[in-house]
Amino acid sequence: MAMRDLHIFRFAAPKLFYGLAGKMIPWFVVLAVLFTLAGLYVSFIVAPADAQQGEAYRIIFIHVPAAWMSMFLYLLMAGYAGMSLVFKTRLSAMMARSLAPTGALFTFIALWTGALWGKPMWGAWWVWDARLTSELILLFLYLGFLALQAAIDDVQRADKAGAILALVGAVNVPIIYFSVKWWNTLHQGASVSMTKSPSMAATMLTGMLLMALACWMYSIAVSLARVRCEILERDRQTTWVNELIGDMKK
Amino acid sequence: MKSASEFFAMGGYAFYVWGSFGVTFVCLVAEVWLLQQRRATLLKRLIALHGRKG
Repeated sequence: MAMRDLHIFRFAAPKLFYGLAGKMIPWFVVLAVLFTLAGLYVSFIVAPADAQQGEAYRIIFIHVPAAWMSMFLYLLMAGYAGMSLVFKTRLSAMMARSLAPTGALFTFIALWTGALWGKPMWGAWWVWDARLTSELILLFLYLGFLALQAAIDDVQRADKAGAILALVGAVNVPIIYFSVKWWNTLHQGASVSMTKSPSMAATMLTGMLLMALACWMYSIAVSLARVRCEILERDRQTTWVNELIGDMKK
Repeated sequence: MKSASEFFAMGGYAFYVWGSFGVTFVCLVAEVWLLQQRRATLLKRLIALHGRKG
């Protein structure tokens, strides 16, 4: 048995990961659908209207999970980018690139739903508050990462430049997270804190967590689907892709 | 149990609540659709190129 067969990084080989990802996607799709249905049920049917905000507070059931995802996905992307710089693993760079569009999308959703909540509650679609501004910067970081990679033809150079941008930009994530503590912001404090018990009813928390799980499952499914495209594009001249395409032709 | 029209009215916040969930839904569907397009185009190109060069 060759050494690489024993290696835990076996699936870091794009060829093997392509097949593995293909098998994993349907499971994550099913989980995403189930968590979405359960999450929407709790968010709209089970959870009662809020005493102060009425029905408008239901926006937070999508707003908070989207905002969490925008930050988690960025850290994950920066993590993969860092790995691609340090270990020169090709798959890590492909993963970083595959996570970026979904991260940008959740950042946009967080900003959009925040504006729709802000208008009836604060009387303004947008304020230049520390939390909102740093989240907007996050969107620009994602878009900058995507634009930079698209602008450089040489794949390895594009990966390297993108990785550096992703890592430098990672400093923004704690700024977003702690902005409500560090500055006197209009945005309310953390809904769920790791240090104290949540400041909300259990059903609201359940709804939010179910929606967050749905977002996670969705993100994993689309990122895996995207990394499969990325692998095929980059490995198109290899024997294994040639054989795969040959089998599809039959 | 609330009536359907009451439910959709969202206590007067229908535009904001459905605007949030609706746009989110459209975004996610669009992402999945674009991804499927990307894969279909890619496979078509690879199949067309297959066997051209030795």
